[in-house]
Amino acid sequence: MQKAGTGVIELENVAYSYGGGELLSDISVKLAPGSFHFLTGPSGAGKTTLLKLCYGALLPTAGHVRLFGTDVRALERDDIAMVRRKVGVVHQDVQFLDHLPVADNIALPLTVSGRHAEAAGADLGDLMGWVGLNTRADALPPELSGGERQRAALARAVIMSPEVVLADEPTGNVDWDMSQRLLTLLVELNRMGKTVLIATHDLSLIRAAKAQVQARVLRISNRRVQLAGADL
Amino acid sequence: MRLDVTMLRALLSGDRHADRVVPPSGFTAQLTLFAAGAMAFLAVFALALSLASGRLAARWGDELAQTATLRIVAPADQRAEQTDAALNVLTTTPGVETARALSDAEQAALLAPWFGTELPLDTLPVPRLIEIETSAGFDPTGLRLRLAAEVPGAVLDDHGRWRAPLVAAAQRLRALGWIAAALIMAAVAAMVTLAANAALAANAQVIAVLRLVGATDSYIAQAFVRRFTLRALIGSAAGVVGGLIAVWLMPTGGETPGLLTGIGFRGAGWLVPLCVPLISAAVALAATTVAASRALRTLT
Repeated sequence: MQKAGTGVIELENVAYSYGGGELLSDISVKLAPGSFHFLTGPSGAGKTTLLKLCYGALLPTAGHVRLFGTDVRALERDDIAMVRRKVGVVHQDVQFLDHLPVADNIALPLTVSGRHAEAAGADLGDLMGWVGLNTRADALPPELSGGERQRAALARAVIMSPEVVLADEPTGNVDWDMSQRLLTLLVELNRMGKTVLIATHDLSLIRAAKAQVQARVLRISNRRVQLAGADL
Repeated sequence: MRLDVTMLRALLSGDRHADRVVPPSGFTAQLTLFAAGAMAFLAVFALALSLASGRLAARWGDELAQTATLRIVAPADQRAEQTDAALNVLTTTPGVETARALSDAEQAALLAPWFGTELPLDTLPVPRLIEIETSAGFDPTGLRLRLAAEVPGAVLDDHGRWRAPLVAAAQRLRALGWIAAALIMAAVAAMVTLAANAALAANAQVIAVLRLVGATDSYIAQAFVRRFTLRALIGSAAGVVGGLIAVWLMPTGGETPGLLTGIGFRGAGWLVPLCVPLISAAVALAATTVAASRALRTLT
């Protein structure tokens, strides 16, 4: 558990370079427990990279990333795996194990943690009902629509009751109604006390969210992050 | 990731949930099974050859070491006298169990393959042969010295001149059999490493998903290690059964088997090939563990 008063995820003067060029520079962000953040910016600005830095999938080339109070560089590979059990991640290009049914995919974080009984328990049914997939439990991932895949990914991200949910363009492949439904689910999670960070370039989604929850909006511009103004 | 007791226990007990996270790979799995089986089949023959060579070396060594031959080369009128003198010397020589002069008929039979059965032995200067059976304590050098003094026409042949290269050849063949078996196990390791690397590369996306949801490297590796270890074990067991049947069906040489007709297992030797599946599985376990550990370090 992180120290009181600190963020669950903190980036301090972080830079990230790839292929000889600097993609992110001097980034300082603190996600306080229970906060709701949007991360916006044009395509290619580095939103996905920043998200990956937030769960240890990438290491910064400069600066410090602290996950639950520990510098990510001090974490062993298995420690990173443990951190990911406390951070639910939803990617735009949702990845599943295509040979396993949807229910097993959603329960995968429990399975890899050795919590097999819970993976087959009633909570899984409740969770699938929450995301509206209780009739699709036995379907294989390739049989799902884009919206169903996003909801399944969200269910998988929260099944371990993580402290943080990171979502990368969660509404990128779905229609407006489905994006509102997904947003509602993420707002519900935030009301349960989860820290939420959504990377999106969809400003209408941000406006819709601000009507439901107190959210801060961070904008990536010229490799740096700044707090967006009230124009959003 | 390292191989420890916890991992071994998990490997043996199995985890059907962990086994399912990696998709089944039908054709490559069958290839691994087949290759492990073929290697085990060859290993059985290498072991059979090695053990047979060992037995042959021991038998040749024992048989030749327990016999010697004395030739009495003397004028015809002195041959009987020197033969008797030599037999007298032999009866008082420590380590000589029996000594017997061959009869004319026995000597003719020995020469028959070269000169035919009508050989007039009494008209030829054929030396008299004395067959000697020896035991521990036989000293050929001391006997030669005594014979030189008492029976000047006697020449002792203790068979050492042609026994040594035969025994050395058989021993070398035995060593080559063991080397072949070791090389076969090394080939199993190489084959499993290649197959495991291919499986890890083919399942890069599966590994990415597993990492995303918090799977540790040891958890991911175990799914692959268990799979390849079991394939090597099952394939090798089938290969060993096939090899043992083939060896069992090989013709034998009766009471005095030669090298080719003597290939096979005797007594407790039949247990040696039963170790092959276990060794094969252990080799596969180590090879897959190393391959998975290396691959998971490089896969992001």
